[in-house]
Amino acid sequence: MGKTLSDKVWDNHVVRTAAGEPDLLYIDLHLVHEVTSPQAFDGLRLAGRPVRRTDLTLATEDHNTPTINILAPIADPVSRVQVDTLRGNAAEFGVRIHSLGDVDQGVVHIIGPQLGLSQPGLTVVCGDSHTSTHGAFGALAFGIGTSEVEHVLATQTLTQARPKTMAVNVNGDLPHGVTAKDIVLTLIAEVGTGGGQGYIVEYRGSTIENLSMEGRMTICNMSIEWGAKAGMMAPDETTFAYLKGRPHAPDGAGWDEAVAYWKTLYSDPDAVFDAEVDIDATELAPFVTWGTNPGQGVPLSATVPAPEDFTDPVDRSAAERALTYMDLSAGTPMREIKVDTIFLGSCTNGRIEDLRLAASVIAGHKVADGVRMLVVPGSARVRLQAMAEGLDKVFTEAGAEWREAGCSMCLGMNPDQLAPGERSASTSNRNFEGRQGKGGRTHLVSPPVAAATAIRGTLSSPADL
Amino acid sequence: MDKFSTHTGVAVPLRRSNVDTDQIIPAVYLKRVTRTGFEDGLFAAWRNDENFVLNQPGYTSGSILVAGPDFGTGSSREHAVWALQNYGFKVVIGSRFGDIFRGNSGKAGLVVASVPQEVVEKLWEIAESEPGIEFTVDLHHCTVEAADNVFEFTIDDYTRQRLLEGLDDIAVTLQHADAITAFEVTRPSFLPRTLPARTAG
Repeated sequence: MGKTLSDKVWDNHVVRTAAGEPDLLYIDLHLVHEVTSPQAFDGLRLAGRPVRRTDLTLATEDHNTPTINILAPIADPVSRVQVDTLRGNAAEFGVRIHSLGDVDQGVVHIIGPQLGLSQPGLTVVCGDSHTSTHGAFGALAFGIGTSEVEHVLATQTLTQARPKTMAVNVNGDLPHGVTAKDIVLTLIAEVGTGGGQGYIVEYRGSTIENLSMEGRMTICNMSIEWGAKAGMMAPDETTFAYLKGRPHAPDGAGWDEAVAYWKTLYSDPDAVFDAEVDIDATELAPFVTWGTNPGQGVPLSATVPAPEDFTDPVDRSAAERALTYMDLSAGTPMREIKVDTIFLGSCTNGRIEDLRLAASVIAGHKVADGVRMLVVPGSARVRLQAMAEGLDKVFTEAGAEWREAGCSMCLGMNPDQLAPGERSASTSNRNFEGRQGKGGRTHLVSPPVAAATAIRGTLSSPADL
Repeated sequence: MDKFSTHTGVAVPLRRSNVDTDQIIPAVYLKRVTRTGFEDGLFAAWRNDENFVLNQPGYTSGSILVAGPDFGTGSSREHAVWALQNYGFKVVIGSRFGDIFRGNSGKAGLVVASVPQEVVEKLWEIAESEPGIEFTVDLHHCTVEAADNVFEFTIDDYTRQRLLEGLDDIAVTLQHADAITAFEVTRPSFLPRTLPARTAG
């Protein structure tokens, strides 16, 4: 029997295997940020252990950093200590760091690909659940907790039980105005937030093959939102073209050797997945969430569902609680929901293509009265690229705020937060209660829907303009 | 990590599904650089609600949480585990858990006990019929004892063994340092390195 893509990558990284024990896997790339690493470095210090492979480790500041006045000392003293702690740890242990103000600083899952470090066939980990993003390159990439961060720093390995495999087959041409975000939001609504638990997922099919790397990253990014251990896609010419010439991509003879290896990274035709899901891309439409988990979503053209629409009692009570929290009534057309805030950014939709798409919708329009729009590029380089293309002007002339790079309102850890009761249309990945600020209400949307919503003030797609 | 064998303590019924790690501890509470002091952030959005279970008489000193399905989904923050532990929880019982939360718990010494949802419902009823009632969780036999009922739970053997022995994972792995070094020798030279740093122009 043939092997799946994930089995190939897994098998290539087994350092040690023993009956009754999880495998010991080698980690090729470890990304580090300020929030989930301080206790790990502390652990190393206490035990007198070094970082085993500083040359496979990269740190940046993103979760807890401001998006204005980034060169001034961070106003919140507790946040400042956390960022300073990372800087101190990086210096002490010899870890490369891209700090605020550095041209390579940005959201950890944006800068890995941008630097050409995220490559096919690697194992990539980070103390962040959206590490699955790097799976778009054919890497096995997943989020870990702080104890595991310490384990990787000390040993460059992790003990892992091999998950099951699942194929998500997406075929057909996407209708106009439908994006990768709509694919993944639709998928999560169908399978539920726990649908991927215990699986490494491979997204495949003609729709996936036709996506750009940015779109592929958006889908892999949200694998964790339906519980999957990791999401992957087989590398192809699109992947190779994205990587070619990037700072840490192989070059010369190394490039040819790498591409030859990368071309072996696909699921064999006779490989068997433990589960499969099929999606017909031709039937997809702009998709938005109405509730408080990413599985509570409907097409933009639909209405807010009623708890009675759900047969499962757990889903029904979750819907009831979500409607109360979101202050929504069943039967309300999604298009009539008014928002206060638009957040365009995050590791899900903070790449250059996302900004271009949103800018193309908003160009020549104004952000609606009473609505604020925050545009937060995923990295300092995305920001510079957007400025070189004049996108910043498009946004600011429309009345949006043009910010510095970081995680920002995706998780509401820095000052970019919703006030209690405020409602956002957000291109991020989580609509959990309080995620973007205590009492804040989040609707997850694609970049074009975010831009159209900014203009109309109610959830909208570009077709409504 | 301390060894875990059996634990007897007050059971807290948390009748909610999809309690993600943002609800266990919101991001604004993640700024500390220690492993302690996170108890204030535990279930922060609900702690001021007098109807919230931890504010109900009998449950305040809880140490065994009986959670709804899909507990601990979302963010990888181990702070969620620390917040539960800092508050005093030793065990979380439920039918489905987020993978990363489950892994983090095993590493940090919080026992995550899986039972079918019907058992969760029974445990909720027992805990609610007598607020403050103590359950006993036995990790040797993988059982929960609640008001003369004994229920079996599952936990993967490897994690269970490590919790019983209180092992330091890193020390165990470093016993295989030779295997790691031998593996490193076989890694192809085209694989990326972060050092020396390269940048675009």
